[in-house]
This record gives sequence, C-alpha cells and structure tokens, in this order.
Amino acid sequence: MHFFEFSEEQKMLRKAIREFVESEVAPLASEWDEKDVCPGDVFKKLGELGVNGIFVPERYGGAGLGHVERAICLEEISRHSAGLGMTIMTHHLGIYPILQYGSDEQKDNYLPYLCSGAKICGLAVTEPGGGSDFSGQKTLAEKADTGWIVNGRKCFITNSHNADVTVFTAKTGEDEKGRNKLSAFIVERGAKGFEPGRKEHKLGLRASVTGDLVFADAKLSDAALLGKEGGGSRIGMEGISEIGRGGMSAIAVGILRGCLEEAIKFANERIVYGKPIAKLQAIQFEIAKIRTSYEAARLLTYYAASLKDAALPCANEVATAKLYSTEASVEAAKRTMDLMGGYGVINEYAVGRFLRDALTSIPSGGTSHIHQIVIAGGTLKDFQA
Amino acid sequence: MPYNVAVCIKPVPDPKYYDRITIDPQRKTIVRSGIPTMINPVDKNAVEAAMQLRERFGGYVAAISMAPPDAREILREVLAMGADAAYLLSDRAFGGADTLATSYTLYKGLKKIELERGLPFDFVFCGCESADGATAQVSSQLGEWLAFPHLWNVFSIESVSPDSSGGRESFKLRTKIENGFMEWVGRTPLVLGVSREMNKPRFTSVMGIMKAKNKPLTVWGLADFAEDDGHGMDSGLIGLSGSPTQPGEIFTPDLKRSGETLTGTPEEIVERIFAVMRSNGVSLVFEP
Ligand SMILES: Cc1cc2nc3c(=O)[nH]c(=O)nc-3n(C[C@H](O)[C@H](O)[C@H](O)COP(=O)(O)OP(=O)(O)OC[C@H]3O[C@@H](n4cnc5c(N)ncnc54)[C@H](O)[C@@H]3O)c2cc1C
Repeated sequence: MHFFEFSEEQKMLRKAIREFVESEVAPLASEWDEKDVCPGDVFKKLGELGVNGIFVPERYGGAGLGHVERAICLEEISRHSAGLGMTIMTHHLGIYPILQYGSDEQKDNYLPYLCSGAKICGLAVTEPGGGSDFSGQKTLAEKADTGWIVNGRKCFITNSHNADVTVFTAKTGEDEKGRNKLSAFIVERGAKGFEPGRKEHKLGLRASVTGDLVFADAKLSDAALLGKEGGGSRIGMEGISEIGRGGMSAIAVGILRGCLEEAIKFANERIVYGKPIAKLQAIQFEIAKIRTSYEAARLLTYYAASLKDAALPCANEVATAKLYSTEASVEAAKRTMDLMGGYGVINEYAVGRFLRDALTSIPSGGTSHIHQIVIAGGTLKDFQA
Repeated sequence: MPYNVAVCIKPVPDPKYYDRITIDPQRKTIVRSGIPTMINPVDKNAVEAAMQLRERFGGYVAAISMAPPDAREILREVLAMGADAAYLLSDRAFGGADTLATSYTLYKGLKKIELERGLPFDFVFCGCESADGATAQVSSQLGEWLAFPHLWNVFSIESVSPDSSGGRESFKLRTKIENGFMEWVGRTPLVLGVSREMNKPRFTSVMGIMKAKNKPLTVWGLADFAEDDGHGMDSGLIGLSGSPTQPGEIFTPDLKRSGETLTGTPEEIVERIFAVMRSNGVSLVFEP
C-alpha cells in the first residue's frame, strides 16, 4: 500500500475539476485579478458541478463527499485562480457550522441553495480589535423581547459584499471570571440594520471580495441563533482551525502547483546560450526546490484532510499544513520569478499574481505567528514527559 | 417516445504526450502503449448529443468502445457524464484493426447489446473523426454494417414531427459542407457522425462521478461472441486479418535546405530572386 493514495473516484474528480478549470477559469483568471471582481457566474457553475457543497450530505443537496475531495477541488481551482479558490473556500467555511451545529430547520432552510450554487455563504469573526484576539470580540448581541439586537463591526471578511448568508460570532455575555461568552448567529443579506461597509483593495486573492460588515441595531429573530447560546467560541474556532486553515492550505498547494508548472514551461521555452535554461544546473536547482515544497505541502494538506474525514482530531495537523504550505507558496513564487529573469516581473505572466496571492494567504485564517503558537502549544502537550 | 441510443467512444493519446508517440516501422501503426489516453474530443460532443436526446425524449444511452482493457477508465468518465451503461470490446484478437475491422467489431457489439436488452438501437452517435487516425470512416462504415441510414459531420438535430400517433418522429439534420450546410430529414434508426459545432459537451459533475461507480461496465472478448445466436463474430473480419488497409511507405520527409549566394547590384539580385520564384510556381501578381 502507498502511504497516501487517491481512490479512482478522487482521481476522476481531480480530472473533472481540472477540465472545468482549464476551460472556464484559466482564460479569465488574470482579468478577474486585474479588475478585482469575483466571478459569480463561475461560482454558480461550480455549484452545479457539486463543488460548493462537496462535503455536505446528499440529503441537503451536497455531493456527500469529504475534506480530501474538497482539498482536491480547491487545489485545482487555485492552480489557476487562488482568488476564486478563496471565495469557494470561505463559502465552505460558512456552510460547515450550519451543517455541524444547525437545527434541522436551519439545515433544510440554508444548505440546499448554498450547495446548488444559487447563493454564497461566509463566516465573520475578525474585528478591528485584532483577528488574532479571537475571544476579545466586541460585537454585541443583546436579547430583546423577541430575538436579538446586534451592534458592532467585522472586518477582513471574505464574501462580505456578495454573501447571501453569513455566519458570525458576537458577545452575548460574560462568564463568572469576566471572560467573553460568544454565540454564533446566521444573518441573511438585507436584514434590517445589517450592511456591508468598506470594501478592501487587496494585494492578492483579488477574485474574492473582502470587506467590513456593519451591524447597527440589527434585529435578528430567535431562529438566527446557531447552536447553543454561549457556544460561539467552539463553533467559530472549529470552523477556522479545521475548515478555514485546511482550505487555505489547499489553496496554497494550488499556488505551488501553478508555480511549478509555470517554472517548467518557462525553463523549457526560454533559450539562452542557444539552449533552454532548463539545461542550466542553477535553474534545475530552483525547479527541484519548488517541486520538493509542492510535494511536502501536498502530503501535509491531504493527510490533515484525511484525518478530518476520519473524524479524528486534526487542528494541529491542519495548522502545520497551513503554515508550511502558505509560506512555501510565497517562496516558490519568488523562486519562479527569479528563474524567469525579467519576464518574472512582467504582468503578462501569472507568476506575479501567484506571489501576491501567496502573500495574501498568510494572514488569512490566522497569521503565521498564530499558527506557530498553535503548533507549539500542541507539540509541547504531545511531548510532555 | 424514448430512444435507445449508443455512443461510440475511442480513447486517443493525450496530446500532452504526443512527443512520446512512435510508429511501428513493420506494421506502420502508431505505438500507443504506455501513453496516457483521453476521450477522443469530438466523441464528447457525441455523448452530449445523446444526453440531450435522452433529456428531451427519455430513453437509454449506452457507451461502447473497442479498445485495450485500460479504456475502462475512459468509459467510467462517459458514465460519469451520464451514460446508463458502458461496454468495452477488448481482446488481443481485435488488435491491429483498421476502420473496417473496427466498425465490424462495433457493429457486432451493438447487435449483442440489442439482443441482451431485447431492444433495438434508434440512434448511434459517433464523433465525426478521431484525433489520432482522423480517417472519418468509422461512422459511415458502421451505418453500412447496421444497414441504417447514416450522415457524417452533423452539427444540428431537431425533431420536426411531434410524435402524436405513436409512430416515429422525423428529425431535421444539418451536415457541414464547404461554404455551407445541407439539410436532411431522417427517421430512426440513424447513425450520425457529429461535429464539434453540434454542442458544447457538459462538464462531469461530482454527483455524476459518484453515480458512475454503480453503473454497469461490461467487458466482452472474442469468446463472448462465440455463441450460436447468429451474432458470432467472423474471425476473418476482425483485428489485423480483417483489415484490408495496407499503409504505404512511412518516412520523414527530407527538409534539408541549400543556400545560394547571389552577387550583383540589388536590382540584379531582385530580378534573379523573382525568376527563381516564378520558375517554382510562386505567383508574383500582387493585388493592390
Ligand atoms: C484575504 C483575507 C481574508 C480574510 N477572510 C476572513 C473571513 O472570511 N472571516 C474572518 O473572520 N476573518 C477573515 N480574515 C481575517 C484574518 O483571520 C485576520 O487577518 C487574521 O486573523 C489576523 O488578524 P489581524 O489582521 O487583525 O492581525 P492582528 O491580530 O492585529 O495581528 C498583527 C500582528 O501581530 C501578530 N500577533 C498577534 N497576536 C499575536 C500573538 N499572540 N503572538 C505573536 N504574534 C501575534 C500577528 O501575527 C501579526 O503579525 C481575512 C484576512 C485576509 C487577509
């Protein structure tokens, strides 16, 4: 047995997604980046193919597969457009808590149209007070006679302006030690007092929308509460640490793959001294390093996803994969640029976009510092005497 | 009225690996072994045409291929696109077939499917040509073996008489010709070689891949055709022995060029170049 082997269906899935991406994504990826637009029509088509609800059971309109399959889709999409990958990955990040913690009504209500491609989902936890300080959230949800009144602002939220459904966390009280008690809610676009605010102009991942969400006396019904009151920390953290970081890791693997392919193509085509630069040992060293980091990132990412599919604890493995893959994608994009000489900085080539996307993937889902804190924490516990 | 539809599928070498293809100098055939294959691109248009027909009228779509055993993977893809069943005709004895032997083998395969299902085929779709051999002969030959009317290079199909009497519908068909098209009206059964302009093949969906797992994929070898039901195969009509095509010489043309240095005034040199070009049949009349 191989240590890690994809099944026949998983190989077919990769092939099918690759065919779609090469036809419908690759030719337009640089235009989406330049114009800073998220292609809603392609999002819809991906829904029809089953990508948007890939890990959602069939009874809710999903494909009934798992997180390895999700990573395959994200890798293939991000190989050509990490920005579109980001839109899909965050859509999954919003869907997951509804699937995991939603009531039957909430699941029946939201999941089918979120899987079909008709609607977009998102998850909002980060606030201006610092995304790293998860428990320091200030957005406040207060109980009213019926339902809740919410005030506050979320920032850096993917799909902020194009999501139809957003899962968010807010403070609903304090425990006896004075620590924030968070709860999770579902809010729909157009809810009274709830609006997208500022839209960011990002360095990379530009085929995804990022911006603020503003709650100004927003009124939500009792049915908007997701899971138990006070369960928001767990809901938010589980989503981010498993689905968010796992998704970012797969996106970075896609960027790595894109770099590898660009590097090889260029090295074979560029003739210097009358022969392709692929014949130069210095160039071969670059290719070898990109290949090695791609393979390592891939193994870490799919291994972590397979733990999630086996319902095993995986937060640490996912964090390791995300830290490594995103950092490696930055390095690989830089190496690819170096290998291309002057062409590397010409915008007709995708590699500049890959570098911007790779850099933007670092803070998304938690910074590299935070990942190291998570990994070290887990490691010190694992290796306790 | 629901239709029984067959789609013929050929695995062809993936163009990404064309540099690995060699030609057997003895048999003068393409050596394909070890080269990753894909569905012949225009065969996907044939599958799409079959899917659209089934969506409109209901019925059944079977994919059939004569190919080495690893073509199972290709047929799974067709099942994932939506075909109901797939049949692979695979036997060493089928190897080395030209288009005539190929179409004969496919014909026998189709007859055997009809026999097993107890239902005749109404439509047989083929791609109009293959990306590797590109003879464009199989669909017409298959029509002849089946004794079905057949058209080649079809780019549009429309039903013209809604079936009210329980009789057979007519179909308006268009075939591409140079600088235009021809219009035909046909009744089933029909064999159609479809062109790329016919439609845009659908992408395989994740759900399709999962469903394909449980769809029947039958492999038949020569022995499966031996039974005495009138549909056994004539071993003289299959494989290399059933292939009358004799490839001629295969060689790499000599493209060596030789140069000549011309001397004289620029005008004399130009005159000389023009003379050489004229004598080689290059027209030097320029339209303004
Ligand atoms: C493209 C993009 C998309 C995003 N999408 C979403 C989304 O959909 N939903 C969502 O909720 N959020 C989203 N985010 C927000 C993201 O999760 C935060 O940016 C991230 O958690 C970091 O928070 P911050 O930006 O406020 O940085 P800060 O928390 O302010 O960090 C600033 C610096 O301090 C460091 N730092 C902070 N705390 C520590 C510590 N304890 N130890 C050591 N160093 C520390 C950080 O590493 C960083 O270098 C997105 C971000 C980006 C860039």
